[in-house]
Amino acid sequence: MSLNLVSDRFEVLRDNTKCIRCKVCVKQCSNEVHIFDEEDNIVLSEDSKCVCCHRCVAMCPTKAIKIRKNTLEFKENANWTGTAIDEIYRQAQTGGMLLSSMGNPKPFPIYWDKILLNASQVTNPSIDPLREPMETKVMIGRKPDKIEYDKNGNMLTKIPPQIELNMPIMFSAMSYGSISKNAHEALARAAEKLGILYNTGEGGLHKDFYKYGKNTTVQVASGRFGVHLDYLNAGAAIEIKIGQGAKPGIGGHLPGIKVGPDVSATRMIPEGSDAISPAPHHDIYSIEDLRQLIFSLKESTNYTKPVFVKIAAVHNVSAIASGIARAGADAIVIDGFRGGTGAAPTRVRDNVGIPIELALASVDQRLRDEGIRNHISVICAGSIRNSADIVKAIALGADAVYIASAALIAMGCHMCQSCSTGKCNWGIATQNPELVKRLNPDIAYERLINLLTAWNNEIKEMLGGMGINAIDSLRGNRLMLRGVGLNLKELEILGIKHAGE
Amino acid sequence: MKEGQVRIPAGCAISGIIDKKGNRFNGTDIIKSIALMHERSNGLGGGFAGYGIYPQYKDFFALHIFYDNNQIKAKTEEFLNEHFEIESAGNIPTRKVPSIKNKPLIWRYFVLPRIYKVRNLNMDEDEFTARCVIRINKEFGGAYVFSSGKNMGAFKGVGYPEDIGNFYMLENYEGYIWTAHGRFPTNTPGWWGGAHPFTMLDWSIVHNGEISSYDANRRFVEMFGYNCSLQTDTEVITYLLDLLVRKHKLPMEKALQVLVAPFWKDIENENPKKAQELKALRTVYSSALINGPFSILIGYEDGLIALNDRIKLRSMVSATKGSKVYFASEESAIRVICPEPENIYHPKGGEPVIVKLEARQ
Amino acid sequence: MKKVYAFEKNCLGCGLCEVYCRTAHSKSKDIIKTYKKENVDSAITIEEIEKNGVKTFFALQCRHCVEPKCVQACISGAMYKDENGIVRNIKEKCVGCQSCIMACPFGAIKMSVSGTVISKCDLCTENGDEPACAKNCPNGALKFMDLEEDK
Repeated sequence: MSLNLVSDRFEVLRDNTKCIRCKVCVKQCSNEVHIFDEEDNIVLSEDSKCVCCHRCVAMCPTKAIKIRKNTLEFKENANWTGTAIDEIYRQAQTGGMLLSSMGNPKPFPIYWDKILLNASQVTNPSIDPLREPMETKVMIGRKPDKIEYDKNGNMLTKIPPQIELNMPIMFSAMSYGSISKNAHEALARAAEKLGILYNTGEGGLHKDFYKYGKNTTVQVASGRFGVHLDYLNAGAAIEIKIGQGAKPGIGGHLPGIKVGPDVSATRMIPEGSDAISPAPHHDIYSIEDLRQLIFSLKESTNYTKPVFVKIAAVHNVSAIASGIARAGADAIVIDGFRGGTGAAPTRVRDNVGIPIELALASVDQRLRDEGIRNHISVICAGSIRNSADIVKAIALGADAVYIASAALIAMGCHMCQSCSTGKCNWGIATQNPELVKRLNPDIAYERLINLLTAWNNEIKEMLGGMGINAIDSLRGNRLMLRGVGLNLKELEILGIKHAGE
Repeated sequence: MKEGQVRIPAGCAISGIIDKKGNRFNGTDIIKSIALMHERSNGLGGGFAGYGIYPQYKDFFALHIFYDNNQIKAKTEEFLNEHFEIESAGNIPTRKVPSIKNKPLIWRYFVLPRIYKVRNLNMDEDEFTARCVIRINKEFGGAYVFSSGKNMGAFKGVGYPEDIGNFYMLENYEGYIWTAHGRFPTNTPGWWGGAHPFTMLDWSIVHNGEISSYDANRRFVEMFGYNCSLQTDTEVITYLLDLLVRKHKLPMEKALQVLVAPFWKDIENENPKKAQELKALRTVYSSALINGPFSILIGYEDGLIALNDRIKLRSMVSATKGSKVYFASEESAIRVICPEPENIYHPKGGEPVIVKLEARQ
Repeated sequence: MKKVYAFEKNCLGCGLCEVYCRTAHSKSKDIIKTYKKENVDSAITIEEIEKNGVKTFFALQCRHCVEPKCVQACISGAMYKDENGIVRNIKEKCVGCQSCIMACPFGAIKMSVSGTVISKCDLCTENGDEPACAKNCPNGALKFMDLEEDK
C-alpha cells in the first residue's frame, strides 16, 4: 500500500489537567478515536478517525475534550483548496466515487436569509396570540375549484380526502434502514402527539408502527421496498418519491450490512442483501405513467387517501409540478438542493438541483397562472431550519413544510455528515444495536415535541405581528415579504419587492 | 402616485341605510350621517352608492366613467359603441363646491351589451359587461369606470364626503339603499377613481380597515381572471364576493362564512353535518378568508350586508327604526339622522348582518 | 419506597453513573479533584454481558431489600435498615469480614478501595433530592422512582 496522502480533517484536543481517565469517551466513540493506554494511564487520540460528531465532547463529564478543524495548512490557494486537494487524494487512492451524507454544505445563497417579514404598525393592529385565537391548522389535499349547492341549500360537492395538520409542518421521509428503529419510534409518537404526519421513507413500515397509521405517510419509491396492500392502507397518505433534493436523478443504496433481520422483514428483502433503489421508477418513464401509478394507488386504497408526489427541485420544476397536478396528485413535495440524505455521491449532492426558495416561488406562481393552484397542495422541503423559514415558505406559497434534518438535530444529530458509515454515535443513522440504544425514544420524542411546539408558538407570534390570525391568510401572501440584497431577477422569481419599496 | 401604482393603507368612516320595504328616499340623510364623522376622514376621498336611483333605466347597465381628457373619452366611447347599445349618454350633473378641485370629466351611459358579441363569447350579459369594465380600467389609461350596475350608481371623488355628496347633488336622487364612505388614506393620492365605494356590476363596497390577507386574497381571485389593478382592499373584497356569489353561485350566507370563516374550534363544536359543511367551505376557500381589521358594508341588488372581521378590530353599530336599518362606524352617526332608534345592536366579530329587501325574499 | 431502577434497554455502559456516584460521595464534590486527589468508591457498577457478539450493559447497585440478607449476615452490627427503608453501613463499626458481600443475592456490595470496609449505595441521601447516578444518566437508563414492589 502506498502512502496515505489524505490529511486528517479534525484534531482532538484533550486537556489532561481535566481528563480523569474515566474512559467514557473511549467507550462511546464508535469510530475508535479515543484509546486508553493502560501502561501510561493516559487517553490518546487517533485524529484521522474523527468525524466531529461531538459525542465525546457532550459525554465527557469534565469537558476535557475539544474538536478543532485540522490546522495543518496547504499553501494558500483560493482555487486549489485543502478540500479540493484531499478529495483528489482520496479518489486517487480508492478509485471510488466520493460519498457524502446530509445536505449540500456549499456556500450557495440561502434566500431565506435574504427575505424579511412584515409587521403591523398603527394602521392595522398586531394581534397577541396569547390573548386572541391564532390558527395554524392546514388542510393538505386536492381542493375542488368551487363548492356547489342544490336549490335547497344542501352541499353537493364531495371534498377529496384531506390531511388535517395542527401546524404546517410534517416530518419528511427517512427510511427505516437509513435511520434506526428508535428514531422512527420517536418520530411516529411525536407526530401522533402533535397532530401531524411522519413519513416512512422508502423502507417500508415496521410492524410495531402500524398503530401510528393515522399519523403516517407511507412512501412508494423506485425500489418498492416493503410495499404491499396493508402497507398502503396503513397510512393516512401515500407519497410517490420520484426524486430527492440531495440527489436528483440518483437512486439509493442501503448496504447489506444495515439489512438485519428487522430491516429485512420490513423491506421484504433477504437479510444482508444490498437494497438498491433504481434511479427512475421503471414503470414511470413519462407523466402519463405517473398518472397510472397515482391512480393505481388510489384504487388500491379506495380513494380514501391523498397521494403526494415528491420531486427534487430541478431547472424545469414548475412545468413538472404543473404536470403532476394534472396527473391527479393531491400534493406535490418540492425538495430543494439543500435537503439531506443518508448517502449521495458528493458531486451530485453539491452540484445538482436548485434552491428551494426559487423553486417554490416559481411553482406556486406557475400553478396560479394556470389556475390550478387549488387542485394541489404544495409542500416545501429541503433544509427548513427554523420557524421563520416556515413563515417565509408559506408566504411564498407553500401549504406546509417538511422537516427532516431539523428533526434529526433535535434528536441529537450533530451534522457530522457521516450517516453512510453506519456508525452514528447518536444512535440515529445506524442499525448497530449498541449504538441504536443511545437514542432513547422517550427522550427523543419529547425533544421533537418541544421543538415543534416552540416553532408553532413562534409562527403564531409572527402571524400576530402581521395582523393575521389564521395561517390561511399567510399562504401566498408575498406582500408580507421583502428581499434584501437581491438582484432584480431574483426578486422577480420570488415575486417579492425589495426592502424599502 | 395613485392607486394601482402603490398600495395605500387607509382608515375610514362608513355609513349605510336601507329601507326593507323598498321605499325610496333621497341622499340628504346619508350625507348628514357621514358628515358627522368628519374627523374620521381627511378630505382625500369620499363617496356614496345608491340603489333604486334609476327606475326609468332599471334594465340598463349604468356606467359612470371618469375621463382625464377628451381624447381618452373619444377612444373609450369608440370601444363602448363597439360593445354596447348606448341608450343614453351625458354628463353626471354636479354643482360647484369650493373645496372640490381638479375634477375629471364625469360621464354616465345607460347601456346594453350587443347581443351578438355576448353570444359569440358564450357568456352572460353580466360577465360580458364585467369584462369590458375590467378591460377599460386596465387598458384605457385616463378612463376609469367607477360604477357599472343596474338601477344603482356610485358617486365619488377627492374631498370630504359631505362636499362630494353636495357636489353630485344627491338630494336629487332617490334610492332604497344608500352607503357612504369617508377616507383617511395614509399618504396623499389625488385620484378620483381611488375613492370609495368600489363597485363591480351591482356590488358596491365601502370599507373601513386594512386587511392583512390582501396579497393572499388577490393572488387567489386573480386565478379566476380578475385583475386587481387598484391594489385596494375594497377592490379585492368586491372581486371575492363576485367570484363566490355570482360565479360560484354560493348562497350569500355561505359566501360570508367563507370571507369571515368561523374559527376551527367553533367549527368543531357544531353538529356533525354543519361542521362538515363549514370545514369544507374553509378547506376549499381558505385563501378567500379576509384577515386583519375591517368593517364593511356591501350593497347588492337584494339588500345590504354589514360584516366585521373575526375578532372585531373595527367599530360597527347597527340600529333599526320602522322599515329602515342603519349601519355606521359610530352610533352618533346613526342618531344624528335617527334620534330614537328602536334598537341598537353591536354585531359581533365575524357575525354578518344581512338585511334583505322584503320584496325580494 | 423510591429506589434507583436500571433499564437495561437504555443503558449504554458509558460509566457516567460511576463518575457521578464517586463525586457525590467525595469530600470536594468536584469531579476532577475526586478523581485526582481522593480515593472514593463508586457504589454503582456497570456490568457488561456479551451475547452473540452484542454487548449489553446493566447498572448494578443495592436494591434496599425489604428483608435485607446483608443486615442479617452482618456480624458487627454495621449494617442496618433505617427508618426510611434505606440499607446503610456504619463504616466505624464495619470490620470488613465480607459476610454481607456473600449474603447479597444481587452482588451489589463491594469491598471499598481502602480494603478495610465494605462499600454500598446509600441513595445519596446527603446529596439532596435525586441520587447522583439517576440525575446524570444521559439516556434515562437509571430512574429514581417508586414501583411499589415492596408491597
